[in-house]
Order: sequence, then C-alpha cells, then structure tokens
Amino acid sequence: MSVTAWTFILVGLSFALYIGVAVWSRAHSTSEFYVAGTGVSPLANGMATAADWMSAASFISMAGIISFQGYDGSVYLMGWTGGYVLLALLLAPYLRKFGAYTVPDFVGDRYYSQTARIVAVVCAIFVSFTYVAGQMRGVGIVFSRFLEVPVEIGVFIGMGIVFFYAVLGGMKGITYTQVAQYCVLIFAYLVPAIFLSLLITGNAIPQLGFGGVDQTSGAFLLDRLNDLHGELGFTAYTSGAKSTIDIFFITAALMVGTAGLPHVIIRFYTVPRVRDARISVGWALIFIAMLYTAAPAVAVFARTNLLRTVSEQPYSEMPEWFTTWEGTGLISFDDRNGDGVIQYVGPDAQTAAGAPIENELTIDRDIMVLANPEISGLPNWVIGLVAAGGLAAALSTAAGLLLVISSAVSHDLLKRGFRPGITEQGELIAARVSAGFAVVVAGYLGINPPGFVAEVVAFAFGLAAASFFPAIILGIFSKRMNREGAVLGMVAGITFTAAYIVYFKFINPGANNAESWWFGISPEGIGTLGMLLNFAIALTVSRFTPPPPPQIAHLVNLIRVPRGAREAHEITG
Amino acid sequence: MTHPPDRPAVSNEGYWRRNLTYVGILLVIWFAISYGAGILFVEPLNRIRLPGTGFPLGFWFAQQGSVYVFVVLIFVYVYLMNRLDREFGVDEEDE
Repeated sequence: MSVTAWTFILVGLSFALYIGVAVWSRAHSTSEFYVAGTGVSPLANGMATAADWMSAASFISMAGIISFQGYDGSVYLMGWTGGYVLLALLLAPYLRKFGAYTVPDFVGDRYYSQTARIVAVVCAIFVSFTYVAGQMRGVGIVFSRFLEVPVEIGVFIGMGIVFFYAVLGGMKGITYTQVAQYCVLIFAYLVPAIFLSLLITGNAIPQLGFGGVDQTSGAFLLDRLNDLHGELGFTAYTSGAKSTIDIFFITAALMVGTAGLPHVIIRFYTVPRVRDARISVGWALIFIAMLYTAAPAVAVFARTNLLRTVSEQPYSEMPEWFTTWEGTGLISFDDRNGDGVIQYVGPDAQTAAGAPIENELTIDRDIMVLANPEISGLPNWVIGLVAAGGLAAALSTAAGLLLVISSAVSHDLLKRGFRPGITEQGELIAARVSAGFAVVVAGYLGINPPGFVAEVVAFAFGLAAASFFPAIILGIFSKRMNREGAVLGMVAGITFTAAYIVYFKFINPGANNAESWWFGISPEGIGTLGMLLNFAIALTVSRFTPPPPPQIAHLVNLIRVPRGAREAHEITG
Repeated sequence: MTHPPDRPAVSNEGYWRRNLTYVGILLVIWFAISYGAGILFVEPLNRIRLPGTGFPLGFWFAQQGSVYVFVVLIFVYVYLMNRLDREFGVDEEDE
C-alpha cells in the first residue's frame, strides 16, 4: 500500500479513537469541565500531562533542531525535562492542596488582589495563544505533506476534532483523549527510532545505540559523525557553538518556563490528593523521558543518514523523498558551481587547496523527524504512523492550551472578576463559548501564521518564567510576601523580558548577536534574568509595604501540609 | 473520616523544616547534574568516555544522564514526603 493510503488509515483510526473517548467522557459540571472533577488517577494524569506537554515542537521539531545543533540542542533536552523537578518539589503538591481551577485563581487569592489576578490572566492568555498557533501550524504541515490536502483543509480538520472534544468534554474529555494520544505518539516516535538504531548500529535500544558502533565504518557512531562534520566544515557534533553563559541561561529559562506554564500546572489540579499530585509529576516525567532520551539518538541517526545520502552526490540521483520535500519548499538546492553535485557544507569548509566551498543545500530542520523514515527507506506504514503521531502531539497540546484560554475567560474574568453572580450553568456555557472562540482564533493563526511564530516561542517561556514562577513560589514559601511585592515583581519581570525580546527580535533584529546582548545572553535565555529581577523586586518591595492580612498566613500554613484538602479552598472561596 | 480534618497541626514547623531540607538537598543534586556536569564542566568531562561507549561524558550528561537523574530525584522526593507525611500525621490516608 502507498504512503498516502497508510496515512489515511492510521490517521483516520486514531481520530476515531479520540472521538470515541471524548463522547464517553463528556463533562457535566464546571468542576468536570475545569479539573475533570479531581477524579483522575496519577498514572493517567502522568500520561495526559506528557501528551499535553509534548507538542508539535517536541515531536516534529526537537530532534531536527538537535540534529543540526549537536551539543547546543541539549538546552531543549535538559530545559524541557528539568522543569518537572521544580514542579514536583516546589509547585504541584501545594497548588493541588490549594485546590483552585486555574493559575490566576491562585495568584489572585494568595495576593488578595484583582490586579494580580488580571495580570496573571493576561499572561496566561498570551502564553497559551502563542503556543496554540504553533500547534495548528504543525497540524497543517502534516496534513499537507502526507495526505496531500491543502494546509487550510488540514487546519480545518484539526480544528473540528479539537473543537469536538475540548468544547464538549472540557478537562475531563481532554484528559482521557490525551491518554490515548500519548499512546499513539510514543509508539509512533519509538518505532522508527528502533528501526533506525538497528539499521545503523545493530542495537535495538536507540538510547544505547547512538553511543555504540556504526555498522558501516566500524568506529563509534559519534566519532564518525564528528569526523564527517570536520571534513565538511561544521562544528564538531558533540561540542557546541554557543557560549557557556548562553547555554546556561537558555536552559534555566526553559526549565523555569516549563514549571510556570499554565497548561502544565493545571494538570495537577485534576488528581484527588496532594500525594497523587507529587507522584503524577514523576509519572509524567517518565513518559516524557521515553521520548526525550530517544530524541538525541534520532537526531544523530538522522544527521548521519542525511550526510551520507546527500553530501557530494549527484542531484539527478537523489531519491524520491528529496523531490517530494522540495515540492513543499522545505528543501532547496542551488547548484552554485554548476557541477550537478550537492555540496552540503558548513561555514569552515575548504578544498584541499584551501579555497572556501560554498554551501548549496538548505534543509528546514522541522522536516528531519518526518522525513527520517523515508530517508532510511523504512516501510510505508511507519511513515503513516509518524504522521498520526505528529498529529496526536499537536492536537493534545492544542486542546490543553484551549482549556486554559477558555477557563481564563469564563472563570477568572467572569466568575471571579466581572460577573461573580453567574450561575453554574451560565459559567459552563461561557466556558464552552470561549473554548469555541479560541479554537477559531487558533485555526486562523494556523492558516495565516504571523511571520514571527518561531520568535514568539521565546516569549512564551520567557514570560512564564519571569511572571508566574516567582509569584507562585513566593506565595508558597514566603508568608511575608504581599500583594505589592508580587504585583510589582510580576510587572517588572514581564516588562523587562518583553522589552529585551521585542528589541532584539522586532525593533533591531540586525543587532541580535552575541556582541550586543547583555552579558552574552540571547533573547531565548533572557527570561532567566527576568525571573531573578522579579524575585529581587518582590522581596525588596514586600519588606517596605504592609504584611498580608492574617488569613493569608493561615492559608499558607494550610497549603503547606497535605491533610484537609477541602478546607483550603473554602477560606478563599 | 476517623480524624477531623481541622485537627490542630502542632508540629507543622518541624514538618516544614524537614521538607525544606529534602528540597534543598535534591535541588543541589539537580543543579550539579544538569548545570554542573551538563553545562559548566562539560568540556573537561568530555575528555572522559562513558566506559564501553562512544559517549563523551559531558555530552552524555547533557543529552541523557540529566534526564534519568531528574526522574530519580522526583521519585526519591515522593518517597521521602510520603514517609514524612505519615511521621507527622498530616497524610491523607483517611480522606
């Protein structure tokens, strides 16, 4: 059967599964819509969190980025997993004890301030929209490449599916579809990884295989790849090109940003008890690690395969996948010296006589995971499976984000903000309407992506790191932290981070290089400095302003111990 | 429910101090493995091979080892805290 036929079958089956699960688990109350009635088992929550967290970026882009950046790509591996340690140790158990529905709920109640709530709502909505646009784009790419439908139609189909289960099912529907989506995406990621590992190193475990011996040359695979990089004028794969301080700050911003992302945090509201919240972070990280430890192996296999397939080979003899991807514009070849042979080289490439060699091939790093099975000549059903996995990753994350947007509107802005008298039924309708509206906006952004989608991702993490993380940590670990400190800290953190990113990404992109950056920190890593600024300002201001009212100290005491989960929310509610 | 949920928590200070100690120790390990071995000392560590493999040690910590250690840290914390909850009688067994 052809690739397209397999893709239709596998994608169709997976979609039918999601819809079935959604119908079975639809929500009947606001509690079910926002937090799945707090009845989710820790294991299921771990899987759902993993699917929620692993987006199109993790599934489609990450191994490709690592493949092109080598050691520098480690920032994503450490950054997007290390945040879970912070979540488990510093946030999840206390937020579960507090027992709210949303992140702005906690910020608003702990800091007894509508201003704090509104600042948090604005951040939550901005961060989530940034993210969701990228997911819809991922859906569009997969559809257009594998099912040969226009990107627009692909986005419409994706919107329809997400609309169906996010709007009907709320958090309950999302949680159980995410469990199914995790199973699809991890299977789809590991099958080709195992195939590739066997093919290249003879070891069935990719995590071990990429440290093993290359079947073709008999040398260690990483040594062979470093040699190839040297010959072609690229930086050695296992050492990086970025400065140590930049690697440090980007990793920290991604870690802290992960721990501050609202769609991740709210997942830990859905389990019955505090100890379930703790252990479900552990399960989540195990499920995430299955993909994240395989990704660097896939990156090495993809890089080796790519260099062997294209470098110094005649253009006329390129395999079918090369021309198919050329059709999408994601691979382009420009034969500058007119010899009909592909020169794919790095900036330091030289001929034996010392003359520089020009690079003739441009490859979009986002296609590496999707093209990998074709490059290695794996069976057609594997290619269809990868398409279904990419869609599962994008849809599961999109649904989680849409829920954050919808609850920010119906719960934080209406119920806790401007319309406190709204009925349970009214709030549920408002939640569904705003989820529906958010799906449409996300779809629009997916079809007409603003040119700066990649740029604004730095925003999402930077802002989450510089706003929520310090406010929540201080709210739990410092009884003295008050409204004034928290609000000014958040505002300072956001303003500083946003100004730095906007300056280098939009106002003066020409200056976006290590010489102009403060202390050599790139816009991707500046959220770390924003976070430190937030902490410093919050701690200073709180010392010179009145302490919080006594019931806040009581609330903090309550959230610090697991017993009595019902009581904590009643004090503020 | 056999205990009323609002039973006075006399020993919460001790509970919280022990919790902070656990968190502090685990975060030191978290930092040492990722930022230490994976970033700050990656170059000297890269001169050593993970025995029997082609992995330079610093590179391995950055792309594999740190993730494994993160998982272990969380489960150690879960174990320690469940034990501490029972010791101070603030667990949720009967809720």
